[in-house]
Amino acid sequence: MSEKVLMKGNEAIAEAALRAGCRHYFGYPITPQTELTAYMAKRLPKLEGGVFLQAESEISAINMVYGVAGTGKRVMTSSSSPGISLKQEGISYIAGADLPAVIVNVQRGGPGLGGIQPSQSDYFQATKGGGHGDYHLIVLTPSSVQEMADLTHLAFDLADKYRCPAMLLADGTMGQMMEPVALPEETNCKVEKPWAVTGTEMKREHNIINSLYLSPEVLEKTNFERFERYAKIEKNEVRYESYMMDDAEYCIVAFGIAARVAKNAISAMRKEGFKVGLIRPITIWPFPKKAIREAADKVKGFVSVELSMGQMIEDVKLAEECLRPVLLCNRAGGMIPSVDQIISVTKELVEGGRK
Amino acid sequence: MTTQILIAGFGGQGILFSGKLLAYKALSEGKELSWLPSYGPEMRGGTASCSVTISDEPVGSPIIDHPDVLIVMNLPSLDRYESTVKKGGMIFVDSTLVSRKVQRDDVKAFYIPSTKLAQDMGAQNLANIVLLGKVLKDCPAISRDYLEEALKKVVSARHPEMYELNLKAIDAGYNYTE
Repeated sequence: MSEKVLMKGNEAIAEAALRAGCRHYFGYPITPQTELTAYMAKRLPKLEGGVFLQAESEISAINMVYGVAGTGKRVMTSSSSPGISLKQEGISYIAGADLPAVIVNVQRGGPGLGGIQPSQSDYFQATKGGGHGDYHLIVLTPSSVQEMADLTHLAFDLADKYRCPAMLLADGTMGQMMEPVALPEETNCKVEKPWAVTGTEMKREHNIINSLYLSPEVLEKTNFERFERYAKIEKNEVRYESYMMDDAEYCIVAFGIAARVAKNAISAMRKEGFKVGLIRPITIWPFPKKAIREAADKVKGFVSVELSMGQMIEDVKLAEECLRPVLLCNRAGGMIPSVDQIISVTKELVEGGRK
Repeated sequence: MTTQILIAGFGGQGILFSGKLLAYKALSEGKELSWLPSYGPEMRGGTASCSVTISDEPVGSPIIDHPDVLIVMNLPSLDRYESTVKKGGMIFVDSTLVSRKVQRDDVKAFYIPSTKLAQDMGAQNLANIVLLGKVLKDCPAISRDYLEEALKKVVSARHPEMYELNLKAIDAGYNYTE
């Protein structure tokens, strides 16, 4: 690890991508992730083989990503919520063609053009599909500028390993804030890509990148095979942080900026004698179901803290199998739950448990 | 110890720059920190604010609901944030631009005509740095240590002459007596 530097979250993502060997970036500026695009515009043209292209639209950018991904090169695009909606068709194609790529969503409030303040209301879109067809993205949720860098690096590795697109799901706060960060070392793809279209030199059969299968039998087979890979991801790649859960009687579930606020609420409540802990999903697909289910045996209830009208709470409820009450503590539209609000909802849970 | 500092004023006054200077100073000291700007459509003349948390432990939320230290460079910011300051906290006011006094008596208030002092130096756009000099002097949680290192990192490499000028502005605030 190198010496710590101060960086905005958006810049940390960009620098980490470059250090992961990403030399192709296609995007279109949108607040609150524009610093990422700007960083790439500044750096990529100076690097050997570096290509930065500001496309005419998000749809165009994601299809350029599709093209480069087919050649096996590490490639990235980034946007914020409305722009990510535009990219969904391309993301579905990339998933259907079994290609690795990294997509960054620095979320802002919605729906529609919404606002530009932070949000987590693209949880459903990121974890439950987004585009059409049966597919998943590996979805990583950073909670610090350090994780913006580390998880970007991991996203490239996982995308290559499982041949599927990976998404970094951040929010406006994470993108805009500065924190000290130790940047990851330079690496590159360690995985062989015999499927890549790199020119046959008349020495091998053609590789074909495609997501169109007119025979339903063949198409079904690709779906089953893809889901076997997803099963491996669910088995091997679940990541979460367990914070003060050893003796916890109440469990907050939160990711990203919400988890940061939750930690402050927990330390305040612990001072008052309430045993509150946190499970912070780092992957939201695959979701840390087992950790939540095991917590359900020990705690009296859960609070899902979200910057949305309540999306992750559905996964929490599925994971804890209705064993305990799950309350929602949320703000929406670009607002962020306060420490006081989290304490008040958690106390509601405590009171409810005593009745 | 954790110190939460909120800096607020008009866009264009160098609110974010002041915050960056404090952030780089904390980094040089080996402390944990977070720096969070308000971001939005506001440009020069609009409102701007910046939240800086400096701590000996990893920083939890970067969002500051109740600052220990409030630094204000315009009246709307004092009106908006005065009531949010922690009991026993500190408020630093640019008294050239803010005519009224702090109304609370459970916080310590400091006044410095930083815009006027900066004008007298011939560097009106460094009022934010003059004000910061006063903070470094009177706020025990934020010392002057490592200021030079931090300043070298935030002053643009294209304008090295600004380094000396910024130091002068810090001193103007640091040595000012009410």
